[in-house]
Amino acid sequence: MKDLDDLKQGIFQGQKRAIARGLTWIEQGRQEGKLLAQQLFAHAGRAHVIGITGSPGVGKSTLVNALTLHLRHEGYKVGILAVDPSSPFTGGAILGDRIRMQDSVMDSGVFMRSLASRGHLGGLSRATFGALTLLDAAGFDKILIETVGAGQSEVEIMQMAQTTMVILAPGMGDDIQAIKAGILEIGQIFVVNKADRDGADHTVRSIRSMLGLTSEHPDWMPPIIKTVAEDGRGMEEVSQALFRHHQYLTEHGLLDRFRWTQTEHVIEQAVSDLGERLVRQARLDSSWAKRVVAVGEGSVDPDRVAEEIWRHTIGED
Amino acid sequence: MIRVLVAKPGLDGHDRGAKVIARALRDAGMEVVYTGLHQTPEQVVDAALSEDVDVLALSILSGAHPTLVPRIMELVRQNHMDDVLVLLGGIIPEDDVEDMVQAGVAKVFGPGTDTNDIVRFIRERVKDE
Repeated sequence: MKDLDDLKQGIFQGQKRAIARGLTWIEQGRQEGKLLAQQLFAHAGRAHVIGITGSPGVGKSTLVNALTLHLRHEGYKVGILAVDPSSPFTGGAILGDRIRMQDSVMDSGVFMRSLASRGHLGGLSRATFGALTLLDAAGFDKILIETVGAGQSEVEIMQMAQTTMVILAPGMGDDIQAIKAGILEIGQIFVVNKADRDGADHTVRSIRSMLGLTSEHPDWMPPIIKTVAEDGRGMEEVSQALFRHHQYLTEHGLLDRFRWTQTEHVIEQAVSDLGERLVRQARLDSSWAKRVVAVGEGSVDPDRVAEEIWRHTIGED
Repeated sequence: MIRVLVAKPGLDGHDRGAKVIARALRDAGMEVVYTGLHQTPEQVVDAALSEDVDVLALSILSGAHPTLVPRIMELVRQNHMDDVLVLLGGIIPEDDVEDMVQAGVAKVFGPGTDTNDIVRFIRERVKDE
């Protein structure tokens, strides 16, 4: 399985081991993984990529499980990427999304992989784009991406998923206020999960009145769907809403635009990574301590130092 | 990055030990996939395969290790996952340790094991790429 072409063949055939190893290559971020992702990119673009985001504890994993069972019933192959946060101190992570996905993942038409964020901000992992490209090329019809438990700023999912679903639960009245400027703005479908609990209708009304204030979606009014993911209630409605949104994107020619902005985002991300590398290199340089002292003494400003480091690196000085 | 699956095959009623291990490995900088209680051997191996882990850490308290572990090792071999380091913890009588190693377990860690010993053992055996 070491060989790139063998691995690619295995991925095209949908072999679990090949898919799993390919994802590891991509996560490791080394040259072979980059080459793999690049070559698979030409074979991707068929899948409907669906983002699932929301605060911790609203039932994202349980919903992914229930939705996967439903989509399988409809005959779709389903790929799942679930992101959990890495510790900023040790780099370690506990990836627990599988606990709630046991019913669906044993199926041969389902592939589920846990990703650690590995220091990447925005609610996803650096490897997300490569990973979903791989699952797309492997022939999965629907790819579900579950973000880390998200609040206001974890909005990168909108760059990766054609359809973003925001999951909420009853009893979050004030939280809706708190996150209205964040993930609520990016939802194309809203799901009020745990809808058998008190306050579900109140949550629906809060979302509706909030949506009335935004004009983000001139032609698409985001539906608000009540679900009880634990026993599968509401999955038919969610599945239909996903279908309608994909149809809307297709009919309005928005899929090509999505692909363009997604590619732009991936390039921007790669440039930012270069910037981070620049910082790491600068810190190792003998001039670093001198620069810190100079800024501390007030003899130079940080922007000027940044420019010097930049020039130094590209060899202009 | 070293990736570990901490798995609880069988009918054990609690997973306190498994969670302690999971946390210790996380704090040692590893990525730990945890799948919860009541896993069948098939589920355990399927998760290890999909997650492409370097280490499969099994925790069994129920006494069912003589049937569960050989079955898991059989599935590991069937899926060509011979490069996965398999560890076993929980309640394993001294007399059974040799059988478990014969079945393919790299090491058995009994109750009261210092988690640092487990971390050290994994680091010695798994190349961190």
